[in-house]
Parts: sequence; structure tokens; C-alpha cells
Amino acid sequence: MTGPLIEFRDVGKRFDRLTVLDRFCFTVQQGEKVSLIGPSGSGKSTVLRILMTLEPFQEGTLTLGGISYHQPHGRGPFKASERHLREVRRNVGMVFQSFNLFPHMTALRNIVEAPMAVLGLGREEAESRALELLRLVGLLDKKDHFPAQLSGGQQQRVAIARAMAMRPRVLLFDEPTSALDPELVGEVLGVIRMLAHEHDLTMLLVTHEMRFAREISDRVCFFDSGQIVEQGSPDRIFAEPAHPRTRAFLKSVLAESRTA
Amino acid sequence: MSLAQEILAMAKGAEMTAIVAIGSTLIGAVLAFAFGIARVEGGRLLSWLALIYIEFMRGTPLLVKLFWLYYALPLVGVSLDPFTTGIVGLSLNIGAYGAEVVRGGLQSVATAQREAARALNFPRRHTLLHILLPQAVVEMMPAFGNLAIQNLKDTALVSLISIADLTFRAQQIRNLTLAGARVYSMTLVGYFVMSLLVAALMRFLEIRARRGAAFAHSAHG
Ligand SMILES: Nc1ncnc2c1ncn2[C@@H]1O[C@H](COP(=O)(O)OP(=O)(O)OP(=O)(O)O)[C@@H](O)[C@H]1O
Ligand SMILES: [Mg+2]
Repeated sequence: MTGPLIEFRDVGKRFDRLTVLDRFCFTVQQGEKVSLIGPSGSGKSTVLRILMTLEPFQEGTLTLGGISYHQPHGRGPFKASERHLREVRRNVGMVFQSFNLFPHMTALRNIVEAPMAVLGLGREEAESRALELLRLVGLLDKKDHFPAQLSGGQQQRVAIARAMAMRPRVLLFDEPTSALDPELVGEVLGVIRMLAHEHDLTMLLVTHEMRFAREISDRVCFFDSGQIVEQGSPDRIFAEPAHPRTRAFLKSVLAESRTA
Repeated sequence: MSLAQEILAMAKGAEMTAIVAIGSTLIGAVLAFAFGIARVEGGRLLSWLALIYIEFMRGTPLLVKLFWLYYALPLVGVSLDPFTTGIVGLSLNIGAYGAEVVRGGLQSVATAQREAARALNFPRRHTLLHILLPQAVVEMMPAFGNLAIQNLKDTALVSLISIADLTFRAQQIRNLTLAGARVYSMTLVGYFVMSLLVAALMRFLEIRARRGAAFAHSAHG
């Protein structure tokens, strides 16, 4: 058995004075599908953003696929060159709450741009892969549409295809359906569900869709104040949460979804 | 001097004005992108050098800069002909204002776009050229239009370093004919017509840039 794919060890993350993560530890095995739930401001996005190298951190170590986020012999213990970070990023992709497609590019171009510019694929190969992904997310007929000509759900599906086109080992989802009208949530969850069947793909999903988290996750982590207060199999967490804060959170979320 | 001769002389002047304006605007645009990009994307040193350039150019009168290039530069062994002096002075001047426009345009692109580009692991250069600039240029166009017109009007100052532009010719003709009212009326009209042409051209370029971006405004349907 090899070690974990992702390992946060005693990671400390501050924004100026505000400490968001303090001695944070978290490991993920290859192929695991992990949901991160918890109240607003508890640090879920911060964890994903650190993994995507969108945020630096100040203490501890983080490794992904055996590569440390800190550059060995780099400029100081917590600084890494852009070159090193690009090496780290090769393994990770991210899907954002607000899609963040490139508005001046068609759906197809959004997807082929990085494989061509970063992986060095030829146009033909990149396009055939992109078309296959568009087919998977059910948007083959929209390949020449610009983002503004697509619904939110369609944009998010293109964004998922765009991230997958880089063949990441780890795919991060930060509330991928939170910006969507309720009637569009299902189509995006459908695509994520499909990816969850990919055995080797490691997924970290921040979501407020509790039923969905329960359905697709191998493990659910409940965050509060920058700590994982409780984690375990979805059935255990949702059916018999052990920690009072988990119970309180789930109760409030359920009450919310009932009134919604 | 007949009226026809007057008009011919003025037309020659206008031609020179156009050449100086076009040349300095184009060189100024290159400087604007170079220094504007250096401000936003350059390392500390480059960004700092760009800032000094921008603030110096914006903080000194164009006329004094032209005189300095014309009278002081030869003292350090560089003597440029008046035409080159005029183009260099105007380009350096308008390039600084343009650099601020480029900086503002680049900074107006949402952080989310940079983050998406980073998540896809683009090299910084690719992000700049293919993600940020195409979106930013659309935002820059109206301000570039204003600067192009400002630069056209600023070219009148090169008459003072003996470039035979429209203003220079007007002065010459007035000295000969003493018909100041008529000459300067024609001169005003000449500048105005040229600025209308510049405005129309910039508008055309803006529409073309926006057409590339029309998707961003079209309703979802
Ligand atoms: N760029 C920033 N500057 C300062 N503080 C920040 C920044 N980003 C996040 N924070 C703070 O860090 C804490 C954790 O934020 P984070 O976004 O990780 O929470 P979250 O669990 O994702 O919450 P939500 O469910 O609202 O998305 C919050 O207190 C937040 O205000
Ligand atoms: Mg968040």
C-alpha cells in the first residue's frame, strides 16, 4: 500500500492577522471521493485554494503525489518558484463556483486551449479529446457557443470538461452548483456523479447539497473553524453524527432545505 | 499669395501633422503596452522603472520635453533632426498616458479569470497574451480613442521646433498675409476634420474589438 495522494501536515494559513487554518492535518487516498461540508467561513474553500496553489500557506507541509508544495532548496521555506508550482499544478484541476470560463472563447476553444498551450497537444488531438468530453457532458451541439450564450448549468459543464481535459489526478469542486438556478443544479450534479465513477480520479467536493454528498462520497469531512471536527463514511456522518456541532449543522441545513 | 496657394500650403502642413500624429501614436501604442504590461506583470524592478517613466512623462510639460530633446540632447552628443525629435517627444509623452490605460485595462479583468488560467497551468505569458489582453483591450479602446485625439492636438507643439506642420504653416502664412482670422479659422477646421477622422477610425476599431467580444453582451437565448 502506498501513502496518501494528498497530505496536509500541520498546515497553518493566515490572512494577515486572521488564522484560518491552524495545525491542519488532512490526508486523501488516490481515487477517494471526499466531500467537505461545514458552515460558512470554516475554511473549506481555503483548503481547495491552497491545493490549487491559489493561496500560499505559512506553516507545515503539503504534498501531492509525492511532490512537496515547498520547493526543496527554494527561496526560503515557504516560497516556491512559479516553475515549481507549475510542476505541482500538473496534477490538480479545479471547478469554480462561478464557472470562470474565458468569455472571449467558444466552448471548444475553452477546452482545447490548455491542452495545446500547456501539454503541447496538436490541435487535432486536442479537439478530438475536447469533443469527446463535450459529448460526455452532453454539450456537443454547443461547441461553437460562447459562454454568454450558454446557461449557467451549461457553462459549468463546459468548465468541468475544461478541467478534465488536463487529465488531473485530483479534481477540486468548490460549490459547483451554488451559483445555479435550482432547475439547473441536476444537470451539473449528473456530470459530477458520472466522474465519481472514474476509479482513479480523486475528487474533493465542497458542497451544500447534502443528499448528493451522501450519495457520491467515500468520506465526508465536517469543517468548523478551520478544523475537521468529524469525518467518516457518509452514512455514519449523516445518520449518526457524533459531534454536537456536526449535529447542529446538519439540523440547520436540513431545516433550510425544508423551508426552501 | 493667392488663396489657392494658401490652401495648398496648409494642406502640406496638414499632411505633416498627419504623419507626425500617426507615427507618434503608433510608437506611443507600443510604449503603452510595454510599460503598461511592465507595471502589472513585470517583476518589482520592471514595474518600478515603468512607474518612473509614467510619472515623469505625465508630470512634465510636453513643450519643455520637446525643447529639451531639441536643445539639450545635442549637448550630450545625440542630435536628432526636428522630425525625429518631434516623433520621439510625442511618442514618449502619449505612451505614458497609454501605459496607464493598459494598466487599468489589465487590472479590470476579473481575478477569477487569472485564477482559472492558473488552475489550467498556463505559463504567465500565455495568460497575458491569450486570456487577459484580449479581454482588456476591449475596455481600453474608448480611452485609447481619447488619447489618439489628444495626441493629434498635441502635435501642434512641434511647430515650435520648426517642423512644418499645420500650425507652422498657418503662422508662416499669417506672417505673409496678415490675414490671421482667416488663416487660423482654416487651421481650426483642419484640426477638427482630422480629429473627426481619428474619432471615426478609433470607433471602428472599438467596434471591431467589441464584435470579437459581442458574445459577452448578447442575451442568452
Ligand atoms: N482573501 C481573503 N482575505 C482575507 N480573509 C479571507 C480571504 N479568503 C477567505 N478569508 C477568510 O477565511 C475564512 C475561511 O474562508 P473560506 O472561504 O475558506 O470559508 P468557506 O468554508 O469556504 O466558507 P463558504 O461556505 O462561505 O464558502 C473566512 O473567515 C474568510 O473570511
Ligand atoms: Mg467557500
